[in-house]
Amino acid sequence: MSVLEVKNISKSFGETEVLKDVGFTLEKGEVIAIIGSSGSGKTTLLRCLNFLETPDGGQIIVNGETLFDASNRTLCSETDIRKNRLHFGLVFQSFNLFPQYTALGNVKLAGELLAKQRDDYKEQRRQILQDIEEKACELLRQVGLSDKMHLYPHQLSGGQQQRVAIARALALAPDVLCFDEPTSALDPELTGEVLKVIRSLAEKNTTMVIVTHEMQFARDVADKVVFMDDGVVVEAGTPEQVFGNPQQERTIRFLERYSEQ
Amino acid sequence: MFQTVMASLNEGFLKTLEIFVLTLLGAFPLGLIICFGSTSQFRLLKYPVKLIVWCVRGTPLMLQLLIIYYGPGLILGNNWWGNGSSGRFTAAIVAFIINYACYFSEIYRGGIEGVPKGQYEAGQVLGMTKSQIFFKVIFLQVIKRIIPPMGNEIITLVKDTSLARVIAVYEIIWSGQAFIKSSGLIWPLFFTGVYYLLFSGILTLLLGRLEKKLEFFRV
Ligand SMILES: Nc1ncnc2c1ncn2[C@@H]1O[C@H](COP(=O)(O)OP(=O)(O)O)[C@@H](O)[C@H]1O
Ligand SMILES: [Mg+2]
Repeated sequence: MSVLEVKNISKSFGETEVLKDVGFTLEKGEVIAIIGSSGSGKTTLLRCLNFLETPDGGQIIVNGETLFDASNRTLCSETDIRKNRLHFGLVFQSFNLFPQYTALGNVKLAGELLAKQRDDYKEQRRQILQDIEEKACELLRQVGLSDKMHLYPHQLSGGQQQRVAIARALALAPDVLCFDEPTSALDPELTGEVLKVIRSLAEKNTTMVIVTHEMQFARDVADKVVFMDDGVVVEAGTPEQVFGNPQQERTIRFLERYSEQ
Repeated sequence: MFQTVMASLNEGFLKTLEIFVLTLLGAFPLGLIICFGSTSQFRLLKYPVKLIVWCVRGTPLMLQLLIIYYGPGLILGNNWWGNGSSGRFTAAIVAFIINYACYFSEIYRGGIEGVPKGQYEAGQVLGMTKSQIFFKVIFLQVIKRIIPPMGNEIITLVKDTSLARVIAVYEIIWSGQAFIKSSGLIWPLFFTGVYYLLFSGILTLLLGRLEKKLEFFRV
Protein backbone atom coordinates (compact mmCIF):
# COMPACT_ATOMS: atom_id res chain seq x y z
CA MET A 1 0.00 0.00 0.00
CA SER A 2 1.27 3.44 -0.87
CA VAL A 3 1.98 5.86 1.94
CA LEU A 4 0.55 8.70 -0.08
CA GLU A 5 -1.82 8.80 -3.01
CA VAL A 6 -2.63 12.16 -4.47
CA LYS A 7 -5.39 11.94 -7.04
CA ASN A 8 -6.70 14.50 -9.51
CA ILE A 9 -6.04 17.52 -7.34
CA SER A 10 -7.35 20.75 -8.80
CA LYS A 11 -7.28 24.18 -7.28
CA SER A 12 -8.26 27.63 -8.52
CA PHE A 13 -7.77 31.04 -7.01
CA GLY A 14 -10.66 33.01 -8.44
CA GLU A 15 -10.35 32.70 -12.20
CA THR A 16 -6.82 31.25 -12.25
CA GLU A 17 -6.55 27.50 -12.32
CA VAL A 18 -3.36 26.83 -10.40
CA LEU A 19 -3.53 23.02 -10.23
CA LYS A 20 -5.20 20.88 -12.88
CA ASP A 21 -5.69 17.21 -12.24
CA VAL A 22 -2.41 16.70 -10.41
CA GLY A 23 -1.61 13.27 -9.02
CA PHE A 24 1.20 11.01 -7.90
CA THR A 25 1.83 8.15 -5.51
CA LEU A 26 4.58 7.67 -3.02
CA GLU A 27 5.72 4.43 -1.40
CA LYS A 28 7.10 4.20 2.10
CA GLY A 29 10.68 5.43 2.30
CA GLU A 30 10.56 7.01 -1.13
CA VAL A 31 11.57 10.51 -2.04
CA ILE A 32 9.77 12.41 -4.74
CA ALA A 33 11.24 15.59 -6.16
CA ILE A 34 8.94 18.12 -7.74
CA ILE A 35 10.59 20.48 -10.19
CA GLY A 36 9.21 23.20 -12.39
CA SER A 37 9.52 26.88 -13.08
CA SER A 38 8.23 29.50 -10.71
CA GLY A 39 4.45 29.90 -10.77
CA SER A 40 3.81 26.34 -11.91
CA GLY A 41 1.86 25.49 -8.73
CA LYS A 42 4.42 23.56 -6.69
CA THR A 43 3.90 25.52 -3.47
CA THR A 44 0.14 25.34 -3.85
CA LEU A 45 0.36 21.57 -4.18
CA LEU A 46 2.35 21.26 -0.94
CA ARG A 47 -0.06 23.63 0.78
CA CYS A 48 -2.94 21.41 -0.31
CA LEU A 49 -1.18 18.36 1.15
CA ASN A 50 -0.76 20.20 4.44
CA PHE A 51 -4.33 21.46 4.41
CA LEU A 52 -3.32 25.10 4.25
CA GLU A 53 -5.37 25.27 1.06
CA THR A 54 -8.47 23.27 0.32
CA PRO A 55 -8.40 21.70 -3.15
CA ASP A 56 -11.45 22.16 -5.34
CA GLY A 57 -11.25 18.60 -6.59
CA GLY A 58 -9.43 15.35 -5.98
CA GLN A 59 -8.41 13.11 -3.12
CA ILE A 60 -5.58 12.77 -0.66
CA ILE A 61 -5.12 9.26 0.69
CA VAL A 62 -2.55 8.35 3.33
CA ASN A 63 -1.88 4.71 4.21
CA GLY A 64 -5.16 3.79 2.58
CA GLU A 65 -7.14 6.28 4.64
CA THR A 66 -8.91 9.00 2.68
CA LEU A 67 -8.00 12.23 4.44
CA PHE A 68 -9.52 14.49 1.87
CA ASP A 69 -12.11 13.95 -0.79
CA ALA A 70 -13.46 17.00 -2.56
CA SER A 71 -16.74 15.21 -3.27
CA ASN A 72 -17.23 14.42 0.42
CA ARG A 73 -16.96 17.57 2.50
CA THR A 74 -17.89 15.88 5.76
CA LEU A 75 -14.18 15.28 6.30
CA CYS A 76 -13.48 18.97 6.64
CA SER A 77 -14.17 19.88 10.25
CA GLU A 78 -11.56 21.93 12.06
CA THR A 79 -10.62 19.00 14.32
CA ASP A 80 -10.35 16.56 11.39
CA ILE A 81 -8.11 18.92 9.51
CA ARG A 82 -5.85 19.29 12.51
CA LYS A 83 -5.61 15.53 12.86
CA ASN A 84 -4.96 15.12 9.13
CA ARG A 85 -2.16 17.63 9.24
CA LEU A 86 -0.25 15.41 11.62
CA HIS A 87 0.31 12.94 8.78
CA PHE A 88 2.37 15.60 7.07
CA GLY A 89 5.25 17.84 8.00
CA LEU A 90 6.15 20.97 6.08
CA VAL A 91 9.45 22.79 5.90
CA PHE A 92 8.93 26.28 4.53
CA GLN A 93 11.15 28.21 2.21
CA SER A 94 11.39 30.98 4.82
CA PHE A 95 11.89 28.69 7.88
CA ASN A 96 9.10 30.32 9.92
CA LEU A 97 10.66 29.45 13.24
CA PHE A 98 8.94 30.89 16.30
CA PRO A 99 11.24 33.74 17.33
CA GLN A 100 10.45 33.70 21.04
CA TYR A 101 11.48 30.08 21.50
CA THR A 102 14.97 28.59 21.47
CA ALA A 103 15.88 25.98 18.87
CA LEU A 104 14.93 23.32 21.42
CA GLY A 105 11.72 25.16 22.31
CA ASN A 106 10.73 25.30 18.66
CA VAL A 107 11.18 21.56 18.29
CA LYS A 108 9.33 20.74 21.52
CA LEU A 109 6.39 23.14 21.38
CA ALA A 110 3.88 21.24 19.24
CA GLY A 111 4.60 17.95 20.97
CA GLU A 112 4.07 19.49 24.38
CA LEU A 113 0.79 21.03 23.36
CA LEU A 114 -0.39 17.78 21.83
CA ALA A 115 0.60 15.79 24.92
CA LYS A 116 -1.80 17.85 27.03
CA GLN A 117 -4.67 16.05 25.32
CA ARG A 118 -3.44 12.66 26.52
CA ASP A 119 -5.54 10.99 29.19
CA ASP A 120 -2.52 10.15 31.30
CA TYR A 121 -1.01 13.64 31.00
CA LYS A 122 -1.73 14.62 34.61
CA GLU A 123 -0.15 11.57 36.23
CA GLN A 124 2.68 11.13 33.73
CA ARG A 125 3.43 14.79 33.10
CA ARG A 126 7.10 14.74 34.07
CA GLN A 127 7.88 11.58 32.18
CA ILE A 128 6.04 12.75 29.06
CA LEU A 129 7.78 16.11 29.02
CA GLN A 130 11.12 14.46 29.58
CA ASP A 131 10.53 12.10 26.67
CA ILE A 132 9.61 15.01 24.41
CA GLU A 133 12.74 16.84 25.45
CA GLU A 134 14.98 13.84 24.84
CA LYS A 135 13.43 13.24 21.45
CA ALA A 136 13.90 16.91 20.53
CA CYS A 137 17.54 16.86 21.61
CA GLU A 138 18.11 13.74 19.55
CA LEU A 139 16.56 15.39 16.48
CA LEU A 140 18.70 18.48 16.92
CA ARG A 141 21.72 16.24 17.20
CA GLN A 142 20.72 14.57 13.93
CA VAL A 143 20.65 17.90 12.15
CA GLY A 144 24.00 18.79 13.71
CA LEU A 145 22.84 21.44 16.17
CA SER A 146 23.43 19.91 19.59
CA ASP A 147 25.59 22.86 20.57
CA LYS A 148 23.03 25.45 19.40
CA MET A 149 19.87 24.15 20.95
CA HIS A 150 19.58 26.88 23.55
CA LEU A 151 19.98 29.70 21.04
CA TYR A 152 17.12 31.77 19.66
CA PRO A 153 16.40 31.86 15.92
CA HIS A 154 17.92 35.33 15.45
CA GLN A 155 21.19 33.99 16.84
CA LEU A 156 21.38 31.30 14.15
CA SER A 157 22.43 31.47 10.51
CA GLY A 158 19.87 30.79 7.81
CA GLY A 159 21.18 27.29 7.28
CA GLN A 160 21.00 26.55 10.99
CA GLN A 161 17.49 27.95 11.20
CA GLN A 162 16.38 25.75 8.36
CA ARG A 163 17.89 22.71 10.08
CA VAL A 164 15.97 23.57 13.25
CA ALA A 165 12.85 23.83 11.09
CA ILE A 166 13.53 20.34 9.75
CA ALA A 167 13.94 18.96 13.29
CA ARG A 168 10.72 20.70 14.28
CA ALA A 169 8.85 19.15 11.36
CA LEU A 170 10.19 15.71 12.28
CA ALA A 171 9.26 16.00 15.96
CA LEU A 172 5.71 14.75 15.47
CA ALA A 173 6.95 11.89 13.26
CA PRO A 174 4.87 12.68 10.18
CA ASP A 175 4.25 9.99 7.56
CA VAL A 176 5.34 12.35 4.81
CA LEU A 177 7.75 15.24 5.17
CA CYS A 178 7.33 18.04 2.62
CA PHE A 179 9.93 20.63 1.70
CA ASP A 180 9.14 23.80 -0.22
CA GLU A 181 12.38 24.99 -1.79
CA PRO A 182 14.23 24.53 1.50
CA THR A 183 17.39 26.21 0.26
CA SER A 184 16.00 29.02 -1.91
CA ALA A 185 16.16 31.62 0.85
CA LEU A 186 19.73 30.74 1.77
CA ASP A 187 23.05 32.19 0.73
CA PRO A 188 24.74 29.75 -1.68
CA GLU A 189 27.40 28.77 0.84
CA LEU A 190 24.73 27.63 3.30
CA THR A 191 22.68 25.39 1.01
CA GLY A 192 25.12 22.49 1.39
CA GLU A 193 24.53 21.92 5.09
CA VAL A 194 20.77 21.80 4.61
CA LEU A 195 20.94 19.49 1.60
CA LYS A 196 23.24 17.23 3.57
CA VAL A 197 20.65 16.88 6.32
CA ILE A 198 17.94 16.07 3.78
CA ARG A 199 20.22 13.53 2.14
CA SER A 200 20.81 11.84 5.49
CA LEU A 201 17.04 11.67 6.02
CA ALA A 202 16.67 10.01 2.64
CA GLU A 203 19.28 7.44 3.62
CA LYS A 204 17.20 6.69 6.72
CA ASN A 205 14.22 6.06 4.42
CA THR A 206 12.21 9.09 5.40
CA THR A 207 9.27 9.50 3.05
CA MET A 208 9.61 12.95 1.52
CA VAL A 209 8.15 15.29 -1.07
CA ILE A 210 10.76 17.84 -2.04
CA VAL A 211 10.12 20.89 -4.18
CA THR A 212 13.50 22.10 -5.30
CA HIS A 213 15.49 23.97 -7.90
CA GLU A 214 18.65 22.02 -7.01
CA MET A 215 18.64 19.71 -10.02
CA GLN A 216 21.74 17.73 -9.14
CA PHE A 217 20.42 17.16 -5.64
CA ALA A 218 17.04 16.02 -6.97
CA ARG A 219 18.75 13.64 -9.31
CA ASP A 220 20.85 12.11 -6.52
CA VAL A 221 18.25 11.86 -3.80
CA ALA A 222 14.92 11.29 -5.48
CA ASP A 223 13.36 7.97 -6.38
CA LYS A 224 10.80 9.76 -8.52
CA VAL A 225 10.79 13.11 -10.24
CA VAL A 226 7.73 15.09 -11.24
CA PHE A 227 8.03 18.00 -13.62
CA MET A 228 5.19 20.48 -13.32
CA ASP A 229 4.34 23.32 -15.61
CA ASP A 230 1.38 25.64 -15.53
CA GLY A 231 -0.47 23.54 -12.96
CA VAL A 232 -0.17 20.16 -14.64
CA VAL A 233 2.19 17.23 -14.27
CA VAL A 234 3.98 17.29 -17.60
CA GLU A 235 6.28 14.39 -16.97
CA ALA A 236 6.97 11.96 -14.17
CA GLY A 237 9.35 9.07 -13.76
CA THR A 238 12.66 8.03 -12.32
CA PRO A 239 15.45 10.60 -12.22
CA GLU A 240 17.12 8.73 -15.06
CA GLN A 241 14.00 9.04 -17.20
CA VAL A 242 13.14 12.65 -16.46
CA PHE A 243 16.66 14.09 -16.36
CA GLY A 244 18.41 11.61 -18.65
CA ASN A 245 15.82 11.04 -21.29
CA PRO A 246 12.96 13.54 -21.07
CA GLN A 247 10.12 12.89 -23.51
CA GLN A 248 8.17 16.13 -23.40
CA GLU A 249 9.15 19.26 -25.24
CA ARG A 250 8.42 21.42 -22.15
CA THR A 251 10.62 19.28 -19.90
CA ILE A 252 13.49 19.44 -22.34
CA ARG A 253 13.28 23.23 -22.54
CA PHE A 254 13.07 23.59 -18.78
CA LEU A 255 16.09 21.37 -18.18
CA GLU A 256 18.07 23.17 -20.86
CA ARG A 257 17.44 26.47 -19.13
CA TYR A 258 18.78 25.00 -15.91
CA SER A 259 21.88 23.40 -17.38
CA GLU A 260 22.84 26.70 -19.00
CA GLN A 261 23.15 28.33 -15.59
CA MET B 1 1.85 78.56 52.23
CA PHE B 2 4.09 75.89 50.73
CA GLN B 3 2.17 73.19 52.53
CA THR B 4 -1.18 74.55 51.41
CA VAL B 5 0.02 74.57 47.83
CA MET B 6 1.47 71.08 48.08
CA ALA B 7 -1.70 69.68 49.61
CA SER B 8 -3.74 71.23 46.84
CA LEU B 9 -1.37 70.03 44.11
CA ASN B 10 -1.32 66.54 45.58
CA GLU B 11 -5.08 66.46 45.47
CA GLY B 12 -5.06 67.62 41.85
CA PHE B 13 -2.43 65.07 40.99
CA LEU B 14 -4.52 62.31 42.50
CA LYS B 15 -7.31 63.29 40.11
CA THR B 16 -4.84 63.27 37.22
CA LEU B 17 -3.64 59.84 38.26
CA GLU B 18 -7.20 58.60 38.52
CA ILE B 19 -8.00 59.77 34.99
CA PHE B 20 -4.82 58.15 33.75
CA VAL B 21 -5.37 54.76 35.37
CA LEU B 22 -9.09 54.50 34.61
CA THR B 23 -8.52 55.52 30.99
CA LEU B 24 -5.93 52.79 30.52
CA LEU B 25 -8.07 50.18 32.29
CA GLY B 26 -10.94 50.99 29.95
CA ALA B 27 -9.05 51.68 26.74
CA PHE B 28 -6.85 48.56 26.71
CA PRO B 29 -9.78 46.11 26.41
CA LEU B 30 -12.10 48.45 24.47
CA GLY B 31 -9.29 49.08 21.99
CA LEU B 32 -8.99 45.36 21.38
CA ILE B 33 -12.74 45.06 20.77
CA ILE B 34 -12.63 48.01 18.34
CA CYS B 35 -9.64 46.39 16.66
CA PHE B 36 -11.61 43.18 16.11
CA GLY B 37 -14.47 45.29 14.74
CA SER B 38 -12.34 47.25 12.31
CA THR B 39 -10.63 44.11 11.00
CA SER B 40 -13.85 42.07 10.84
CA GLN B 41 -14.88 40.35 7.61
CA PHE B 42 -18.40 41.54 8.32
CA ARG B 43 -18.80 44.81 6.45
CA LEU B 44 -21.78 46.08 8.39
CA LEU B 45 -19.55 46.06 11.43
CA LYS B 46 -16.23 46.94 9.86
CA TYR B 47 -17.15 50.17 8.10
CA PRO B 48 -19.15 51.82 10.90
CA VAL B 49 -16.32 51.00 13.30
CA LYS B 50 -13.75 52.43 10.90
CA LEU B 51 -15.88 55.57 10.54
CA ILE B 52 -16.01 56.05 14.30
CA VAL B 53 -12.26 55.53 14.64
CA TRP B 54 -11.66 58.04 11.87
CA CYS B 55 -13.90 60.66 13.53
CA VAL B 56 -12.34 60.17 16.95
CA ARG B 57 -8.78 60.28 15.67
CA GLY B 58 -9.50 63.19 13.36
CA THR B 59 -10.96 65.58 15.92
CA PRO B 60 -9.47 67.12 19.07
CA LEU B 61 -9.97 65.32 22.36
CA MET B 62 -11.06 68.65 23.79
CA LEU B 63 -14.00 68.79 21.40
CA GLN B 64 -14.94 65.22 22.28
CA LEU B 65 -14.88 66.03 25.98
CA LEU B 66 -17.24 68.96 25.48
CA ILE B 67 -19.62 67.05 23.22
CA ILE B 68 -19.74 64.01 25.47
CA TYR B 69 -20.37 66.09 28.56
CA TYR B 70 -22.86 68.62 27.17
CA GLY B 71 -24.32 66.51 24.35
CA PRO B 72 -26.78 64.36 26.25
CA GLY B 73 -28.24 67.31 28.15
CA LEU B 74 -28.50 69.71 25.23
CA ILE B 75 -29.36 67.30 22.41
CA LEU B 76 -31.40 64.65 24.18
CA GLY B 77 -32.66 66.92 26.93
CA ASN B 78 -31.41 64.49 29.53
CA ASN B 79 -28.11 64.90 31.30
CA TRP B 80 -27.02 61.32 31.90
CA TRP B 81 -23.95 62.36 33.74
CA GLY B 82 -25.79 63.89 36.65
CA ASN B 83 -24.85 67.15 38.26
CA GLY B 84 -21.80 68.01 40.21
CA SER B 85 -18.21 66.99 40.02
CA SER B 86 -18.75 63.24 39.93
CA GLY B 87 -20.90 63.61 36.80
CA ARG B 88 -18.24 65.68 35.09
CA PHE B 89 -15.59 63.20 36.11
CA THR B 90 -17.53 60.25 34.70
CA ALA B 91 -18.10 62.09 31.42
CA ALA B 92 -14.40 62.90 31.22
CA ILE B 93 -13.40 59.27 31.79
CA VAL B 94 -15.84 58.07 29.13
CA ALA B 95 -14.45 60.56 26.62
CA PHE B 96 -10.87 59.61 27.41
CA ILE B 97 -11.57 55.89 27.17
CA ILE B 98 -13.29 56.21 23.78
CA ASN B 99 -10.57 58.46 22.43
CA TYR B 100 -7.67 56.31 23.60
CA ALA B 101 -9.38 53.04 22.69
CA CYS B 102 -9.53 54.25 19.08
CA TYR B 103 -5.81 55.02 19.06
CA PHE B 104 -5.02 51.73 20.79
CA SER B 105 -7.16 49.79 18.30
CA GLU B 106 -4.94 51.02 15.48
CA ILE B 107 -1.84 50.03 17.43
CA TYR B 108 -3.22 46.55 18.10
CA ARG B 109 -4.15 46.25 14.44
CA GLY B 110 -0.64 47.15 13.33
CA GLY B 111 0.82 44.72 15.85
CA ILE B 112 -1.38 41.83 14.82
CA GLU B 113 -1.10 42.44 11.08
CA GLY B 114 2.66 42.79 11.43
CA VAL B 115 3.09 39.16 12.46
CA PRO B 116 3.94 37.27 9.26
CA LYS B 117 1.38 34.82 7.91
CA GLY B 118 4.08 32.14 8.06
CA GLN B 119 3.91 32.15 11.86
CA TYR B 120 0.26 31.09 11.80
CA GLU B 121 0.93 28.56 9.08
CA ALA B 122 3.90 27.03 10.90
CA GLY B 123 1.61 26.52 13.90
CA GLN B 124 -1.16 25.10 11.73
CA VAL B 125 0.99 22.48 10.04
CA LEU B 126 2.16 21.38 13.48
CA GLY B 127 -1.43 20.60 14.35
CA MET B 128 -1.93 23.46 16.81
CA THR B 129 -5.38 24.82 17.49
CA LYS B 130 -6.26 28.43 16.70
CA SER B 131 -6.10 29.44 20.35
CA GLN B 132 -2.78 27.64 20.88
CA ILE B 133 -1.37 29.50 17.89
CA PHE B 134 -2.63 32.79 19.24
CA PHE B 135 -1.47 32.39 22.81
CA LYS B 136 1.73 30.36 22.32
CA VAL B 137 3.03 31.87 19.09
CA ILE B 138 1.42 35.16 18.15
CA PHE B 139 0.65 36.92 21.42
CA LEU B 140 4.17 37.68 22.63
CA GLN B 141 5.22 38.83 19.17
CA VAL B 142 2.30 41.27 19.13
CA ILE B 143 3.19 42.55 22.60
CA LYS B 144 6.76 43.13 21.51
CA ARG B 145 5.62 44.98 18.42
CA ILE B 146 3.14 47.23 20.19
CA ILE B 147 5.15 48.28 23.23
CA PRO B 148 6.98 51.18 21.56
CA PRO B 149 3.90 52.83 19.97
CA MET B 150 1.82 52.00 23.05
CA GLY B 151 4.47 53.67 25.19
CA ASN B 152 4.22 56.84 23.15
CA GLU B 153 0.45 56.94 23.55
CA ILE B 154 0.71 56.32 27.29
CA ILE B 155 3.13 59.22 27.72
CA THR B 156 0.82 61.39 25.64
CA LEU B 157 -2.06 60.40 27.91
CA VAL B 158 -0.14 61.67 30.94
CA LYS B 159 -0.24 65.14 29.42
CA ASP B 160 -3.69 64.83 27.84
CA THR B 161 -5.27 64.28 31.27
CA SER B 162 -4.98 68.05 31.70
CA LEU B 163 -7.67 68.54 29.04
CA ALA B 164 -10.26 67.32 31.54
CA ARG B 165 -10.27 70.82 32.97
CA VAL B 166 -12.43 72.08 30.05
CA ILE B 167 -15.37 70.43 31.77
CA ALA B 168 -14.13 71.51 35.18
CA VAL B 169 -12.55 68.33 36.41
CA TYR B 170 -10.10 69.58 39.01
CA GLU B 171 -6.92 67.94 37.87
CA ILE B 172 -3.45 69.16 38.79
CA ILE B 173 -3.13 72.15 36.47
CA TRP B 174 -6.46 73.45 37.69
CA SER B 175 -5.12 73.21 41.24
CA GLY B 176 -1.94 75.06 40.31
CA GLN B 177 -3.70 77.76 38.35
CA ALA B 178 -6.09 78.43 41.20
CA PHE B 179 -3.20 80.05 43.09
CA ILE B 180 -2.72 82.68 40.41
CA LYS B 181 -6.17 84.06 41.05
CA SER B 182 -6.30 83.52 44.79
CA SER B 183 -2.77 84.47 45.83
CA GLY B 184 -1.00 85.84 42.76
CA LEU B 185 1.45 82.95 42.82
CA ILE B 186 2.93 81.51 39.62
CA TRP B 187 5.33 78.96 41.10
CA PRO B 188 2.64 76.38 41.92
CA LEU B 189 1.98 76.20 38.19
CA PHE B 190 5.66 75.57 37.53
CA PHE B 191 5.53 72.95 40.21
CA THR B 192 2.82 71.03 38.39
CA GLY B 193 5.38 70.65 35.61
CA VAL B 194 7.63 68.81 38.04
CA TYR B 195 4.84 66.34 38.78
CA TYR B 196 4.39 65.66 35.07
CA LEU B 197 8.09 65.24 34.51
CA LEU B 198 8.46 62.80 37.39
CA PHE B 199 5.39 60.87 36.37
CA SER B 200 6.28 60.52 32.71
CA GLY B 201 9.89 59.90 33.67
CA ILE B 202 8.95 56.92 35.84
CA LEU B 203 6.67 55.58 33.12
CA THR B 204 9.40 55.89 30.50
CA LEU B 205 11.69 53.93 32.79
CA LEU B 206 9.13 51.19 33.34
CA LEU B 207 8.35 50.93 29.65
CA GLY B 208 12.04 50.75 28.88
CA ARG B 209 12.38 47.88 31.32
CA LEU B 210 9.51 46.02 29.73
CA GLU B 211 11.07 46.51 26.33
CA LYS B 212 14.34 45.13 27.67
CA LYS B 213 12.58 42.09 29.07
CA LEU B 214 11.46 41.21 25.55
CA GLU B 215 14.82 41.82 23.98
CA PHE B 216 15.75 38.14 24.20
CA PHE B 217 14.07 37.58 20.84
CA ARG B 218 13.62 39.52 17.63
CA VAL B 219 10.62 39.79 15.38
N1 LIG C 1 -3.38 32.78 -2.38
C1 LIG C 1 -3.31 32.97 -3.71
N2 LIG C 1 -4.20 33.75 -4.34
C2 LIG C 1 -4.15 33.93 -5.67
N3 LIG C 1 -3.24 33.36 -6.49
C3 LIG C 1 -2.32 32.57 -5.92
C4 LIG C 1 -2.29 32.32 -4.51
N4 LIG C 1 -1.27 31.49 -4.25
C5 LIG C 1 -0.68 31.23 -5.43
N5 LIG C 1 -1.31 31.87 -6.43
C6 LIG C 1 -0.95 31.79 -7.87
O1 LIG C 1 -0.84 30.43 -8.20
C7 LIG C 1 0.20 30.22 -9.11
C8 LIG C 1 1.11 29.14 -8.62
O2 LIG C 1 1.79 29.58 -7.47
P1 LIG C 1 2.75 28.68 -6.61
O3 LIG C 1 2.01 27.47 -6.19
O4 LIG C 1 3.31 29.52 -5.56
O5 LIG C 1 3.85 28.28 -7.68
P2 LIG C 1 5.34 27.80 -7.45
O6 LIG C 1 5.51 27.42 -6.03
O7 LIG C 1 5.50 26.66 -8.41
O8 LIG C 1 6.21 28.95 -7.84
C9 LIG C 1 0.89 31.56 -9.33
O9 LIG C 1 0.42 32.10 -10.53
C10 LIG C 1 0.42 32.36 -8.15
O10 LIG C 1 0.33 33.72 -8.50
MG1 LIG D 1 6.88 28.12 -4.62
